[in-house]
Parts: sequence; structure tokens; C-alpha cells
Amino acid sequence: MATDLLLEACDVSFRWPRAPTPTVETGRFAIAREERIFLYGPSGSGKSTLLGLLGGVLVPQSGTIRMLGRELASMTPAGRDAFRVDHIGFIFQQFNLIPYLSLTDNVLLPCRFSRRRRERAIGPGGALEAEAARLLLELDLPAALHARDVTRLSVGQQQRVAAARALIGRPELVIADEPTSSLDAERQQGFIDLLLAECAASGAALLFVSHDRRLATHFTREVSMDALNHAGIAREEAA
Amino acid sequence: MSNLFHLALRSAWNRRLTLALIVAAISLSVVMLLGVERARIAARDAFSQAVSGTDLVVGARTSPVQLVLYAVFHLGEATNNMRWKSYLAIAADPEVAWTIPISLGDSHHGYPTLGTSPDFFGHFKYGRSQPLAVVSGRAFAGVFEAVLGAEVAGDLGYHLGDRIVLTHGAGGIGSIEHADKPFTVVGILGRTGTPVDRTVLVDLASIEAIHLGWQGGAPVPGLAIPPEYVRKFDLTPKTITAMLVGLKHRGMVFRVQRRVNEFPDEPLMAVLPGVALDQLWQVVGIVEKTLLAVSALVAVVGIAGMAAAVLASLNERRRELAILRSVGAGPRHIVALLGIEALLVTGAGAAAGVALLLALSVVLAPVLESRYGLSLAAAAWSTNESLLLAAVVAAGIAAGLLPAYRACRLALADGLTPRI
Repeated sequence: MATDLLLEACDVSFRWPRAPTPTVETGRFAIAREERIFLYGPSGSGKSTLLGLLGGVLVPQSGTIRMLGRELASMTPAGRDAFRVDHIGFIFQQFNLIPYLSLTDNVLLPCRFSRRRRERAIGPGGALEAEAARLLLELDLPAALHARDVTRLSVGQQQRVAAARALIGRPELVIADEPTSSLDAERQQGFIDLLLAECAASGAALLFVSHDRRLATHFTREVSMDALNHAGIAREEAA
Repeated sequence: MSNLFHLALRSAWNRRLTLALIVAAISLSVVMLLGVERARIAARDAFSQAVSGTDLVVGARTSPVQLVLYAVFHLGEATNNMRWKSYLAIAADPEVAWTIPISLGDSHHGYPTLGTSPDFFGHFKYGRSQPLAVVSGRAFAGVFEAVLGAEVAGDLGYHLGDRIVLTHGAGGIGSIEHADKPFTVVGILGRTGTPVDRTVLVDLASIEAIHLGWQGGAPVPGLAIPPEYVRKFDLTPKTITAMLVGLKHRGMVFRVQRRVNEFPDEPLMAVLPGVALDQLWQVVGIVEKTLLAVSALVAVVGIAGMAAAVLASLNERRRELAILRSVGAGPRHIVALLGIEALLVTGAGAAAGVALLLALSVVLAPVLESRYGLSLAAAAWSTNESLLLAAVVAAGIAAGLLPAYRACRLALADGLTPRI
């Protein structure tokens, strides 16, 4: 099992500056390779802070976060930035795209900052733009749109472009933070199915965060933020 | 880095309307800054070229600056005159090659009248030893003949043969006109860009003639002498205002200067025009420095506008920064992104400003040259101008670092989830 371990957080504690108590306090939380985790938690449960920690944007005051055997806190800030883009793809709730870039350029953003993602996207004898086009087509975005500005897309289309960006260059982990909350109910499941299929195809683990527990089907594991984060419980007990 | 450049370019293009206005503001401030610098240099050149080849300016004792002011620029009034006998004595000095007498005191529509001798046309030089050119007509040869500077003729629309009347003193309310003795325009000088352009040149004898029957600056009642009789009088002047002196050998200038300063018959003073012009320019220089400071402030305002506009746009760009953070951009990338943008905007502003200035120089050069005697040589790109331009771009980048710093703070505080 040890070789299957992708990410492991142990006894992580993070407190925002000027906050009286920690926002995140975990026991052990691990993600295996190609695992599909549904992380459930209401808003204000520290989800965004946890994702910031896992992405190496935030550094915990205590505890360790290891990804691919490397401790994030031991890297330089620039090293964490590079490590993040090399191994993680992100999808946010909304406004995922840079408005002045085309679909293709938005998808290729991680490849602009990461040589590893670029090389994995090109593959043997391939081309960067071709890989972006392939992913966009798989995500039901017809080729006629690819050179267009992203501002004309529907919200659902924008989220699929964001998914293509998270997947390009086959990062080991895709973190999706409430990616369906701005979609219609009937389109939510469609997007999740597509995302799960693409993650499986590229061999990425998926950490899917949502406050809507009804979406938790087709995942290998469901984790509740309450169970993961002791900070909230501690706060409630103190109150 | 080229990726960031591409991103910065696309981002700037996305906000092109705002940025275009900032580029326009910066380019105009560059035009002003460099334009003032150019005009300053052109004015200084024109100033120092007002007289050339004259070794000494001689007059009654006063300050050197004042002597040059009235002897060369025909401005202000001499406190004391010098005797004609002294003029003749100095002209007879063995070291002296030529002399030009200068007699001021009358005017025509505000343009000073210069009483002199025909030697003025032969010996007076300006600019880089350029002689005067009578472009139409001829030099004056007798009384009541006038030669007009180019600006006088142009502004007042005079032609050869026109009759003009001189005014006693500098003109203005209560001035008495020499209406009984009109002058005929016999010649018009070419444009020189010097005070000569604004001058009415007449013979010394004419100055004497129009003041016949005058005493203490006013005509004596009942003593009017008609013009046809003036030749019966001795028209040799008793006094003149100043004189220009050319030497046979320039090396003798200090010896002759001392001789004039120690002139036994009356207190006289000789000054080197170059030295006095420099002193005079230092007085004028305050204005030029003020102008330069004002245009520097305009440039600062333009650049501050850029910093303000970029700062104001940062809140809208917090999502963009978070997205860039998620795909691996660190603080240094964000600083670079905004730094490139500042460089692009100020660079474009500076380039547009220089282009506009060159275009303006080409269009305006003939007008400035002919109307104001300022020569803006389009090719003459000075080191000073390069330094000013470099200072503008450097200030632009420095100002761009303020929003860059703010963007960094925002990006680090927001992480992947901007709080808007």
C-alpha cells in the first residue's frame, strides 16, 4: 500500500494570523493514487483552508503534509509553487478562467508554468495544442470554440474548460472545490461523471469538495469535514 | 519569462481602453518634458547667438548685464550715455578693427529704433558669424531712411517705400510722435532669430534730425524745424548709448578692455559679450529650470495616474491572480507580470511621446524658425533627452512596483480563494 500513497497529512494545525483559534486541525488524512474522494462539509468548515494547505499555498504551524514522499513545508515558497503545478490540477467553484485568454490558452496555462506538465501533455511525438484540443473535445467542447474568448461560454462550458486545464499534463491529483455549485441540478451529475471518467483515464486521484452530499455517488470514499477537522469540534466544545 | 510577457500583453490588451488613455497621458507628458528641454536649448542657442564676432561692448558705467541688455537686446533704458568724442577716440585705438555706434531711445509701435551707422550692415554678425542680409531694398544711406528687421516688417505688413513715424521713447500712453519727420522704408532684413528682427534701423544722423528743436525730451514750442531744413544743421550726435567693438586680434581684448575702463575723459565700461550673456542667461535660467520642473511634475502626474489605474484594477483581478497561483505562479511571477505591464505602458508612452515630438518638430520647425528664430534641429538628439526619457521609463517601472507589491500581498493573503 505504501507505494500507492499519494498524499498524507498528519496532525496538521493551521491558524490564520489574528485568528484566536486554529481553522484546521486534522488527525491523519491520506489520499491513495487514483483514489476518488468526496469531501463533504458545509461552508465555513475550513474546506478552503484545507485545500490551501494541501496545495502548498498555506503552510501549517504544526504537523506534516507529504505528497509523493516529499514534505511540503520543507520546500521553499517558489519550490512549493512549482511542485503544486507539477502534480496538482485545480478546479474552482466559478470564474475559473482568465477572461482575456482563449479556451486553448486557458487549458495550456499549467504547461506555461510547469515543464513536467508540458512534457507529459506533449507525450511522445505529440503537440501541446493537440492535447488541449483532445481534452476539450472529450469534455464536449467543439473545436469551433477553442480559439474563442472564454467570456462567451456558458457556466457549464467554463467549468469543463477548467476541468481540461486541471487534467492537462496528467497531474497525480485533481482538486475540485465546489465545481458544480454554479451548475443546474441536472447538469451537476453529468459534469461529475465526466470528471470522474477523465480522472480515471489520466490516472489522477480526485479530491472532490462539496457541501451537497447527494452528489457523493460513484466515489471510492466519502470523508466528512467534521470527522477530518477537529478544529470545529474543539470550538463547539469550548463554546 | 516569454510566457509571462505573452500573458502581460494579453492582459494589457484586455484593458486596452484604460491603458491607452494612460499611454496617451504619459506620451503627452514626454512631449512636454522633451519639448521644454528642446525649446530650452534652442532658446539658449538663440540667446547666445544674438551677437557674434563682437569682442567688446562699451558704454557708460553700469552693470555688465544691463549694458548687454540694452546694447544687444535693445531692452530697458541706459542710465547714462557716452560722448561721441569718446566713441571716436576708442574707434581710433590701434587695436580696434571696427566699431558700431548704438543709439536707442525711440521706437515704432513698440519695436525699438536703433540709430547706428552703415557699418552695422558690414560688421554686425550673429549666430555662427553670419552677416546680416538685406533681403529687399538696400541699407539706409541718408536721413529719414529706415531699414526694418524681419519681424517688424512682417508683423506690421510694411513694404519698401512705406512711410513710418517714430515715437519718442518706448511708446505707450502720452508718448510724443515724431510725426513731422516721417521715415521711408528703404530696406528689409532677412530673418536672424536675434533682437535685430525686432528693430528699426536708422542712421545716427536721423536720430539727431528728429530731435532738432527738442530739449529735455520734449519739443520746444515754436521751434519746429521742417524736415527739408534739417540738412542745414550739423547732424553729428553729441552722445550715443553704447558701441560694439571688433578688434584686430582677439588676444588684445583684455588690454583694450582695461584701456576703456581707465578712459580718462569719462567713466566708461567695456564688457565681453559672452561673459555678460552667460550672466544674463543665469537670470533667465530660473525660468527655464521652473519650466523643466513643471514638465517633470506633469510626467510624475502621468505616471502616478498609471499606478492608480493599475491599483484600482487589482481588486477585479484577484480571481485572475488566484488562478495564476493555482497553476504555479509565485509572487515573483506576479511582480514580473505587473512589472512587464508597467514597462509596456511607460515604454509605449515614451515611444509615442518621442514620435509625436519628432512629428511636431518637423511640422512646427519652419514656423518656430521663422517666427521665433528657434531652430529645433530634428536630428539633434541630446544625451540630456535620453536621460530624461530613461528617467521617465525608470519612474514608470518604479511606480509599477507599487501595484505589483499590493498584488503580491493580495495573492499571498487570498491563496486559492479570493475573498471578494
